Amino acid sequence: MQHPILSVRNLVVEIPTRHGILRPVDQVSYDIHAGEILGVVGESGAGKSMTGNAVIGLLDRPARITSGEILLSGEPIHNKRPDELRRLRGKTMGMIFQDPLTSLNPLLTVGEQLTETIQEHLNVSNAEAQDRAVAALEEVGIPAARARINSYPHEFSGGMRQRVVIALALCAEPDLIIADEPTTALDVSVQAQIIALLKRLCRERGVAVMLVTHDMGVIAEAADRVAVMYAGRLAELGPVRDVLTTARHPYTSGLMASTPLASQGQKRLRQIPGSMPRLGNLPQGCAFSPRCEFAQDKCRANPTPHIQDGDGRAACWFPLSANSEQEVDA
Amino acid sequence: MLAYIIRRIIQSIIVLLAVGFVAFAMFNFVGDPVDNMLGQERTQADIERLREQLGLDKPFIVQYWHFLEQAAQGNFGLSYRQGRPVADIISERLPATLELAFVSGLLALFGGIALGIFTAIRRRGISANVIMTLSLIGVSLPTFLIGVILIYVFSVELGWLPSFGRGEVVDIGGWSTGFLTVSGLKAMVLPAITLGLYQMTLIMRLVRTEMLEVLRMDYIRFARARGLREKSINFRHALKNTLVPVITITGLQLGSIIAFAIITETVFQWPGVGLLFINAVQFVDIPIMAAYLMMISVMFVGINLIVDMLYFAIDPRLRVDRSSGGH
Ligand SMILES: Nc1ncnc2c1ncn2[C@@H]1O[C@H](COP(=O)(O)OP(=O)(O)OP(=O)(O)O)[C@@H](O)[C@H]1O
Ligand SMILES: [Mg+2]
Repeated sequence: MQHPILSVRNLVVEIPTRHGILRPVDQVSYDIHAGEILGVVGESGAGKSMTGNAVIGLLDRPARITSGEILLSGEPIHNKRPDELRRLRGKTMGMIFQDPLTSLNPLLTVGEQLTETIQEHLNVSNAEAQDRAVAALEEVGIPAARARINSYPHEFSGGMRQRVVIALALCAEPDLIIADEPTTALDVSVQAQIIALLKRLCRERGVAVMLVTHDMGVIAEAADRVAVMYAGRLAELGPVRDVLTTARHPYTSGLMASTPLASQGQKRLRQIPGSMPRLGNLPQGCAFSPRCEFAQDKCRANPTPHIQDGDGRAACWFPLSANSEQEVDA
Repeated sequence: MLAYIIRRIIQSIIVLLAVGFVAFAMFNFVGDPVDNMLGQERTQADIERLREQLGLDKPFIVQYWHFLEQAAQGNFGLSYRQGRPVADIISERLPATLELAFVSGLLALFGGIALGIFTAIRRRGISANVIMTLSLIGVSLPTFLIGVILIYVFSVELGWLPSFGRGEVVDIGGWSTGFLTVSGLKAMVLPAITLGLYQMTLIMRLVRTEMLEVLRMDYIRFARARGLREKSINFRHALKNTLVPVITITGLQLGSIIAFAIITETVFQWPGVGLLFINAVQFVDIPIMAAYLMMISVMFVGINLIVDMLYFAIDPRLRVDRSSGGH
């Protein structure tokens, strides 16, 4: 059987603090296959970036992985030494950050940053690295790439810069890209172009993409499957159509109702009452139970089971059915 | 860029005119030069003749212009005390100060940058924390005290290095250098450390702060995410960005080394222009004081100008015309 490119199994990230240990990522499991885009959504602080950083091995101290597994094409990487992990970064997995304005070193030309990355991972001559750099820029749609290779980042517009960032993340041909809100800092007009670009690269190259975003429109447009995170845990995981149209977890349903989404028509936006609990102060049972209109005693007393691919879609004791959602709306 | 440089040069000229005015005013308001130059036995005719000779009978503004004209040619008249041209006296003394400033400047710059990088990269390590603590002491101790302590330890107690003077010097085309003799080099050690230590700790702390700031930037994180080595991240990505702001301040620090040399030269009886200035103050030797003031300000302004241009050379964002930036 073909291994998924990325396989996260019961991942736990912990942060020791003076007031006890926090778990920004708690028993998270998911797979991403070649050529697939997994959208990751959830409120601010839900642990989306923390999960991505854990996968690529760039957790900031004092956060660290305390249990669970991360497998890249079947090979465990969560227990690798820092230098082994460094070799994998860029070469087999890449990351794209939110702000293209600050992601590029202002004092090095685009070409210098590309060739240093290429030569770090691939054993090629200077000339060959230069050619590959130009090809990488062409692939992400930078016009006159050969002429622009000696330009500095500030000579590109925001959207072009994010293209350069993507070229940098892809230039050593990784199998996995973690894109942490790659369009949030961009003009609305260029957001769609960048998403289209990611989608195309994913299809053409068979790259697996973890796409973190707050934008349901982006999810609907680009993702194959979607993972909904709440307070460090997976709330729901499933094919994008199903999750968007018939959410099983009340949180997902609330999240949909609070985001404008063209495909949903002109329904009035509803806000989920309350706010996500702080990590140091999680309720005993289901983390969402204090805000959930369907919560019962069982929800408040017992933590919900953790979900995995193909193993229940929502971490909820009383998942919504298509019918019950209609009742909510009525 | 040309417009910018021209603007900076005009600013520099204004600064120099102002300093020139202060120097010139000293002649007129601090004591009477004629009194100073003529001995006890003088006639009214002597006084008149000298006043005319020195141009002191002319209107104020004409005198100022004349002063500037002469100063621009390095001519500050005769020393009241030695009766010799100030320019000659200063040029005899200048090599000693410049060599001392040069060595301490190098020490401060390279020591400061190296230690700054080290303490930033190893910010949790024990040695980095020891260095940081020592640097606090270094900053708070006055220069003369450091000099005296060094003299006590290395000259008095250990007897390794001389406590005063320049040692033997070799004259090369009017430039007396201490670099070519063993005693000259030995004599350089303690004064250079004394003079450079304070600047070195400042540069070190600045580099450290700046480097820690840069290491938190997104592009460093992105460089890590691309799998670059720590060495390349620290020295290629972080250091270059650290140096941009460091250069300005460092440049000014190095300029101030020459001014600070006064204290060190006094402690070590180093025969440079600083010691010359201190002696001139004691004897109210106005021409020497004025010349020293002008010289120091020219250096400051010049260094400032060079620093600005370095800034251009390092940071490509400043190099392009504003209009062609972005697209
Ligand atoms: N050093 C730390 N100490 C304590 N808590 C921390 C620390 N670093 C992160 N956290 C917490 O970890 C949680 C997860 O943060 P993360 O950045 O992954 O959220 P996110 O889902 O990416 O949010 P956003 O949408 O705002 O980017 C947050 O609740 C945050 O408060
Ligand atoms: Mg985030």
